[in-house]
Amino acid sequence: MSTTIDEDVAAGSATPPTKRQKRAARIADAASGGIRSILVKLLLLGIVDAIAVYAILVLALSQEWLVLAVVVGVTALVNWIYFSRRALPAKYLTPGVIFLVLFQVFVLVYTGYIAFTNYGTGHNGSKEQAVSSLMAASLERVPDSPTYQVTVVDQLGTLGLLVTDPSGEASLGTTEQQLQPVDPSEVDGGKAVAVDGWTTLQFSDVIARTNEITELAVPFSDDPNDGAIRTPDGSSGYLYTSNLEYDEAAGTMTDLTTGTVYSDTGTGAFTAEDGTEILPGWQITVGFDNFVRAVTDTRLAGPLVYVTLWTFAFALISVATTFFLGLFLAIVFNDMRMKGRRYYRVAMIIPYAIPSFLSALVWAGMMNESFGFINQVIFGGASIPWLTDPWMAKLSVIIVNLWLGFPYMFLICTGALQSIPDDVNEASSIDGASPWQTFRHIKLPLLLVSVAPLLIASFAFNFNNFNVIYMLTNGGPRDTSAPIPVGFTDILISMVYKVAFTGQNRDYGLAAAYSIIIFIVVAVISIIAFRRTKSLEEIN
Amino acid sequence: MSNQQPIPGSDAGLLEGELREQRDAARVGGDPRLERAAAVPAKRPFRFGRWFKATGWRHLVGLVVVAFALFPVVFVISSSLNPNGTLTGSNALFSQIGFDAYARILTNPQVPFTTWFANTLIIAGVTAILTVFLGALAAYAFSRMRFTGRRFGLITIVVVQMFPQMLAVVAIFLVMTAISDWFPAIGLNTHIGLIMVYLGGALGVNTYLMYGYFNTIPASIDEAAKIDGAGHARIFFTIILRLVAPILAVVALLSFIFSVNEYVVASVILIDTENQTLAVGLTKLVSNPRYADWAAFSAGAVIAALPVVLLFLYLQKYIVGGLSAGAVK
Repeated sequence: MSTTIDEDVAAGSATPPTKRQKRAARIADAASGGIRSILVKLLLLGIVDAIAVYAILVLALSQEWLVLAVVVGVTALVNWIYFSRRALPAKYLTPGVIFLVLFQVFVLVYTGYIAFTNYGTGHNGSKEQAVSSLMAASLERVPDSPTYQVTVVDQLGTLGLLVTDPSGEASLGTTEQQLQPVDPSEVDGGKAVAVDGWTTLQFSDVIARTNEITELAVPFSDDPNDGAIRTPDGSSGYLYTSNLEYDEAAGTMTDLTTGTVYSDTGTGAFTAEDGTEILPGWQITVGFDNFVRAVTDTRLAGPLVYVTLWTFAFALISVATTFFLGLFLAIVFNDMRMKGRRYYRVAMIIPYAIPSFLSALVWAGMMNESFGFINQVIFGGASIPWLTDPWMAKLSVIIVNLWLGFPYMFLICTGALQSIPDDVNEASSIDGASPWQTFRHIKLPLLLVSVAPLLIASFAFNFNNFNVIYMLTNGGPRDTSAPIPVGFTDILISMVYKVAFTGQNRDYGLAAAYSIIIFIVVAVISIIAFRRTKSLEEIN
Repeated sequence: MSNQQPIPGSDAGLLEGELREQRDAARVGGDPRLERAAAVPAKRPFRFGRWFKATGWRHLVGLVVVAFALFPVVFVISSSLNPNGTLTGSNALFSQIGFDAYARILTNPQVPFTTWFANTLIIAGVTAILTVFLGALAAYAFSRMRFTGRRFGLITIVVVQMFPQMLAVVAIFLVMTAISDWFPAIGLNTHIGLIMVYLGGALGVNTYLMYGYFNTIPASIDEAAKIDGAGHARIFFTIILRLVAPILAVVALLSFIFSVNEYVVASVILIDTENQTLAVGLTKLVSNPRYADWAAFSAGAVIAALPVVLLFLYLQKYIVGGLSAGAVK
């Protein structure tokens, strides 16, 4: 193991270690690794492998072969890395990289995929799931259904029905699993009441879980048109069939009561000829539909334009205001003769130290139009619509973000100013420059060189400064003309959040499409930043 | 020193000009109280004008800024001490002093504040520790070893950190939903699930910061240990980690504050009220129009902010260094 580290430290020096050196290093390494560290390593790997084996079993049961293959591959790789004598860097990188790949890189790529689907409320699962939930939702009791005696049973929280049909045959099924013949372990008066592996619910349990039990519909066979057994009281069951009929070969749903035929027209839901859809539908890829809809649907395009413009304006104004206030304060307090600078400094850092979500919530209270501190006390009972007028709300957001952000700029500018040597002053004053000229033509350029990357980073941060917007105004005041929950101070990221997770309809596809817009903007900012700072070239 | 002069034409200069006029006016009228008070410690004859021109106006700016910076803080502390507090009742600062609001927020059965607080500490604490650990491992590899893909790895980390996780919140939610179907213990509505998601950002945000610091530790220390027979793991755990402790503290604190503040992902993953963090719980509490106990919320905000603020002030020297690392040397 140690062979590589010797090479590593001596990187750049041309001579590779000799065989003897390598051997000496290996002996040293072996001598240093105590039995305890080996045990710890084995224990940790054992835990990882045990979890992996469990995961593989669960995935095999759910028949998720692709995910299973990934888990097997990663586990094998991890074991190889930690048992191998080579791959030393990998030993240090693997733990972080696993999380990075899954929850940073993969999810970004996956967002790209979702943007091309109709994923959202009413389009959540596969077509089979849509068919079975449609059939289940329209179940009606067959008028001449025979009475089935049922016993409600439970296995690890999953309810099942133990059904004894009129001829005395017992079978068992759950919502997911159609009825299968079983051998009951206990029969009471011709009614099967217990079966191995399942717990029979007592009367009190049945009462307690009535809602769950009456919702239970156990498919009669693998053909959804055969209907399902349901029990209204937990002791006798009846056959229910759907008033929808699914024709798998033709891919159509027929409403038996009205005779309307709904067919799969490729829109992700069964659609009648007059265009009415029955939901839930299923998830399909829709190509550029979400993007086209976001840009061409006039009710969506309007919000998108003003939200995008405001996002840029908000980020730019935030950087500018915080930077200039911070720079001004840094200049003011950068005087050795001034007493008590330390106390001012601590007081000014406080806004930066308080968690920003709390600050924004407190500001929202203070800016309340009728009861808030600012209107009632500072403006003596005025009713200024700080958060409810579209333009005032924008101003309020800027003010609060200035409050939150100026300490950071102050700290940075102070650091940058102090790093400029005093010789500059002497040299320029000897050359006859005024203090302002010294600042404007010598210090400011020097300061900007060191601060520019941080300003770009600050822009990127404010571009996605969700907390200030969401906690202070919740994006409001709400734009009532838009079909999505969006308001006049929403920035792109808060719009994504609201489209995806609030309101009546969750539209993941559209939200992901909006995310893609943010990706592009952020990527452009990054390219500018890296070009400007040449930071990528410096990496070695 | 010429650089300490106010700069004509800048804000400072303009302000100084105005102040000079005020001061001249004040001197005509005479302010014996001020002059006497300030004159005592001065060795040479004190002149208010000279003092004001040099540093006095700076104190004036300082007082204005401190007022701006602290008045929300004063307001929230005042309303937290108001025993029976609606928003209107909180406007008269420090009119009443009492700790009823603290008792209410800590004991109200409808508002599991203490649970939120504990959840936040657990989630942010575990995330901070693991983030530091994962980041330090990676930074050690990048700093001390030379391998194929090293430069690519560093560039990837720098690029990835430009894309915050919350941009992918929709995908994160759907991935976690899928995980819940198979492994409910680490899926939606679990703290482990949320911590795992946060760890996805562990390498991106902090490794480069640590990498820079690791590079400042001379490699000769490693070599000396190597000669004494230490293996790579022992060098890392017993030598390097101790030498880089300051940067570990900074990264841990930054990560902790980030997790405490994080709303987007936490609100999507943590569904039940008892599982939520302070950011999610308090935000939903205040946005509920039926909840009118502003004093109790203020008390909660004070309790929630206190540990973070104290930690921040305690470590501010290191944090400021960390914030500007790479740019300001």
